Amino acid sequence: MYSEKVMDHFNNPRNMGEIEEPAGVGTVGNAKCGDIMRMYLDIDDKGVIQDVKFKTFGCGAAIATSSMATELVKGKTVQEALLVTNKAVMEALDGLPPVKVHCSLLAEEAIHAALWDYAKKQGIQIEGLKEPVEDIEEIVAEEEA
Amino acid sequence: MKSMIYLDNAATTQLYPEVLEEMKPYLTEYYGNPSSIYRFAQKSSHAVERAREIIASMIGAKPSEIYFTGGGSESDNWAIKGVAEAYQSKGKHIITSKAEHHAVLHTCAYLEKQGYEVTYLDVDEEGMIDLEQLQQAIRPDTILISVMTANNEIGTIQPIAEIGEIARAHGIFFHTDAVQAFGHIPLHVEDMKIDLLSASGHKIHGPKGIGFLYIRKTVKPSVLIHGGAQERGKRAGTHNVPGIVGFAAAAKRAEDGQKAIMEQEKNLRDYLIRRIETEIPFSLLNGHRTSRLPNNVHFCFRFIEGESMLILLDEAGICASSGSACTSGSLDPSHVLLAIGRPHEIAHGSLRLTLSETTTKEELDYVVEKLKQITERLRSMSPLYEDYLNVARRA
Repeated sequence: MYSEKVMDHFNNPRNMGEIEEPAGVGTVGNAKCGDIMRMYLDIDDKGVIQDVKFKTFGCGAAIATSSMATELVKGKTVQEALLVTNKAVMEALDGLPPVKVHCSLLAEEAIHAALWDYAKKQGIQIEGLKEPVEDIEEIVAEEEA
Repeated sequence: MKSMIYLDNAATTQLYPEVLEEMKPYLTEYYGNPSSIYRFAQKSSHAVERAREIIASMIGAKPSEIYFTGGGSESDNWAIKGVAEAYQSKGKHIITSKAEHHAVLHTCAYLEKQGYEVTYLDVDEEGMIDLEQLQQAIRPDTILISVMTANNEIGTIQPIAEIGEIARAHGIFFHTDAVQAFGHIPLHVEDMKIDLLSASGHKIHGPKGIGFLYIRKTVKPSVLIHGGAQERGKRAGTHNVPGIVGFAAAAKRAEDGQKAIMEQEKNLRDYLIRRIETEIPFSLLNGHRTSRLPNNVHFCFRFIEGESMLILLDEAGICASSGSACTSGSLDPSHVLLAIGRPHEIAHGSLRLTLSETTTKEELDYVVEKLKQITERLRSMSPLYEDYLNVARRA
């Protein structure tokens, strides 16, 4: 049911782990629906994401999308990272089964949540960044609406 | 060791070669339609009637009370819809439990839309219904009690004889979904006062697409499948002769070996449960410890999600199943795990391992080793586990 790329990222997740004293950290999803993602960012003075780590409780797709999302934002500026959408994550993974699309939304939301935390700590505003929704079901409902 | 370790025997089982051998003549040589008049077809009709006798004798029924169907789901549908429709003048209230198979639950939900009322009995932490609550749920308009013999997920065996006793005392029909139990544990429709019983062939190393519904002579449910006069006019459709022959062969085989297989499976089951409980931290056994199917092992592993576990087990050559939402295609985890009181996040991390008579201790040792690695690995990735450790460290 999963593409080879999904299986690769599930079996060999990139950037899995934690960052001590991260510039920003965000957790999204809920245990009720079975997926929780936490994203840690290390961002330098120039606003470039130097390091990124994730931890995920969830299915194969949840783990693979988290892993791919970290790859897509690593080395990018904060503004560039904002452009990493769930569609970009899905494309990079050669697609996801329809019932797993919400995992990619969760990955996008996890990045935003970590960036939101970073902005808050820095006392800055990031253009185009909205306060993240913590509950993924709201995002899914929005998408479907 | 075999290249694949199959521990999903509650989903389906391997068709035994000797069962296939008994079926073969009825696929090729004796292909006649049992309803035809010529002698050639009588070979088939005799085989069907022989099969009916074998199955009837296993559960203490008369052959004329066994009706072959397309499988367990059809039998459940027929029993419940058939009784509901035929006895609606007596009442429109049905009692079942929250932990039933979807073939029962969705049928009841359908009937609710048709104006029937359904009481869903709670189950306790071990998956048992409460007989006291059952007594209290009975109303003058109750026409049917449907409680499964053994749960397909957590393996809990219900007090069937006691339920039968209560139903009989109130003049209410008692149906039991015995799909997971038939052939695995002894069943007797007289001793247990069962009026309708559903069973399936492919759960006992027989073929798929064949089941039966036992209907006590005094019960007259409406017909579900209309058409020809097969099954004494109660269930239309050309007989699945090879399926019926295979079902009976598998049933006979299960009955002959039942005592020994039960003993052997129980020993392995308890061995696996003991090893998982002692060697894998944060593992919670689901279901009853003793009133349990001999081949069922079911755990929740905290902080991890079931589908991830299944994929990693699959890569290690182990076939298993989970009640996680991701494997069901919905956001909700198994209704059975929620019914026994597991919170959502724990219910998501469930794993069902169901043994067969060919399962070996060596295989289970390998499974435990792999499970240790898999749970450790997924926990190292889990933010829930990280949070747990942080809280524990602070405490």
